Amino acid sequence: MKNKKWYLLLLLIAVALILGACGGSGGGDDTEGTNEGAEEDNFSVAMVTDVGGVDDKSFNQSAWEGIQAFGKDYNLEQGDNGYDYLQSQSDADYIPNLNQMVRRDFDLIFGIGYLFIEAINEVAQQNPDVYFGIVDAEVDQPNVVSIMFKEQEASFLAGVAAALTTKTGKVGFVGGMELDVIKRFESGFRAGVAAVDPNIEVIVNYVGAFDDVAGGQQAASAIYNQGADVIFHASGDTGNGVFAEAKELVQQNPDNRVWVIGVDRDQYDQGEVEGLGINVTLTSVLKHVGNAVYEVSERTMNGDFPGGETLWFGLADEGVGLATTGDHIPQEHWDVINEWKEKIVNGEITAPSTDEELDAYLAELGAE
Amino acid sequence: MSKNLNRIIIPVLSVILGLIVGAIIMLVSGYNPIQGYSQLWNGIFGDVYVIGESVRQITPYIFAGLAFAFAIKTGLFNIGVEGQLVVGWFVSVYVGAAFQLPPGIHLIVALLAGGLAGALWAFIPGLLKAKLGVNEVVVTIMMNYTALHVTNALVRAWVGKDVSDKVHETASLRIPAWEEATMYSRMHAGIIIALIAVIVIWYLLRNTTIGYELKAVGLNRDAAQYAGMNVERNIVLAMVISGFLAGLGGSMEGLGTFEYVSTKSGLTGIGFDGIAVSILGANHPIGIIFGAVLFGALKYGALSMPNPPAKIPEQMISIIIAIIVFFAASPYIFPWLKEKFTRKKGGN
Repeated sequence: MKNKKWYLLLLLIAVALILGACGGSGGGDDTEGTNEGAEEDNFSVAMVTDVGGVDDKSFNQSAWEGIQAFGKDYNLEQGDNGYDYLQSQSDADYIPNLNQMVRRDFDLIFGIGYLFIEAINEVAQQNPDVYFGIVDAEVDQPNVVSIMFKEQEASFLAGVAAALTTKTGKVGFVGGMELDVIKRFESGFRAGVAAVDPNIEVIVNYVGAFDDVAGGQQAASAIYNQGADVIFHASGDTGNGVFAEAKELVQQNPDNRVWVIGVDRDQYDQGEVEGLGINVTLTSVLKHVGNAVYEVSERTMNGDFPGGETLWFGLADEGVGLATTGDHIPQEHWDVINEWKEKIVNGEITAPSTDEELDAYLAELGAE
Repeated sequence: MSKNLNRIIIPVLSVILGLIVGAIIMLVSGYNPIQGYSQLWNGIFGDVYVIGESVRQITPYIFAGLAFAFAIKTGLFNIGVEGQLVVGWFVSVYVGAAFQLPPGIHLIVALLAGGLAGALWAFIPGLLKAKLGVNEVVVTIMMNYTALHVTNALVRAWVGKDVSDKVHETASLRIPAWEEATMYSRMHAGIIIALIAVIVIWYLLRNTTIGYELKAVGLNRDAAQYAGMNVERNIVLAMVISGFLAGLGGSMEGLGTFEYVSTKSGLTGIGFDGIAVSILGANHPIGIIFGAVLFGALKYGALSMPNPPAKIPEQMISIIIAIIVFFAASPYIFPWLKEKFTRKKGGN
């Protein structure tokens, strides 16, 4: 009998709590309704992250920084009728999250990352009156703009920088997975190295994951052991293993200067070797997702939504570039790098973006 | 009687305590728990779209929970539900997209292929356990990652990009009428298959010789052997059926939710959540329905919590779920609490 009373008491508390929670919901809805009526209708922009989250120190974060900057410049507030983001915990969340933003009446909604391709396709078809943007993938719908980056152009410059820096005549590349976008990094980098000196060997290693720090460190260790002294990584979190290995080598022997070239955002901070005042980050290949998102938002607000188009952001429009933090690249190297940059911007040369284009480029170099 | 009652009351109490502790954490972090929970509620039951999506989220959890619980009945920890689910996902999408078969047959073949792929993936650790005594926990954990990378490589080898084609309509679990009725949610026929699976497994464990033997092996391996049962065969069988269920869970995602397969940067987490679903459901097939409903609903509803006015990070639900599982997995805490409670009363 005592048992039963005790359980009953707890159940009663539970029921009371649940009812209390339900009762609250009505009030919440009411205030929402009045808010919508009172405020004027601003241009509003939202984004949905992939599983990386908004603080991934990579392109989700960069995109969010771009949207925040846009909101600030045009006096928008975070929230409905302004700017906001939602994070996805799994691939299954992309469509519900996009739909939530549609229901919250955002005018322009970005999906960040190539995995949004099917989700944007579906939601855009169901909501033809809403504008969508996708980063790193192409969706062919009249109300979708696709934002792509010419990673190969900045990687080409990184290759030039690496070729000028190496003392051993060997450099390395660590990739995450063999995706088209990572291939653009690799092809551009290898072409840039070869442009300076075709005899420099590039050791390529794909780890097979973007979140495998230990795998990244092993790959870097193997490459450095083969005599390379500069590694360019395009591998997300895996790249932290590359940094770890480089820092370890420097810690063991500070005279042994090895370098890492970061990716997506300025990875100077990752290269700091504690206690020695040495930094192993030579430069970083920057992908200004934020700039692109900002620009598309601005165009859309001004009634110029580039629907159905694929926008390529390259060196010419500051969509990609090299970081200068740390001044590890001397001025005479910058002079050479900027020469190549000119050539790419002028269209004098085209940085290769696939294995085939790279082979063609290398063959051409050999023929000269 | 009391034991059965406990099996129901402990999970219920765990949920309530989880929500209470969650509310306290929200208050401490400066959020409004009433707004939070009301948004959570509306995110699950607010309209037909979210109800449909919640059901969609629940479906694979039922399979994952069943898969884990089935192996547990034979005393095996199948931590590899995750990997079996991933291969099931890939194979069912491959069959669904690469072949042309008549309607009905195509769907059945694709589902079976997914299930069999999962069964094969579980067969290996089962065989190693039965023949060589290799710890199935270690093997299944390792095979999760093998599954992840093998399917990633297969996707790229198959389509040459990172997202496969969609499965043919003949192999899709989606029902247009349901989609229209739920404002184009991705709710699909998988929930019916999941409920059938629950009944089949329940019957299998309760009323058949196979089920009896599997449970006997789980309760006492030596006694089962002494009674003339083939222990090795039963261990492999338990793993294979568990893997089949996990593979079907993957088919739900592949043929219903997504209708395609993409390369993954990490595991899906559904298989691991299946362990918690199974614990909440007291490893009982019927209980697993409730565990999966709770899990799926909370996970899906959490997506609504970051919206204004509550603006609560969706990770809050992960904390609440963790607390619920913690309480459910440590049932001794309740008798202990009860004892304290009643003793104090007596002292006064």
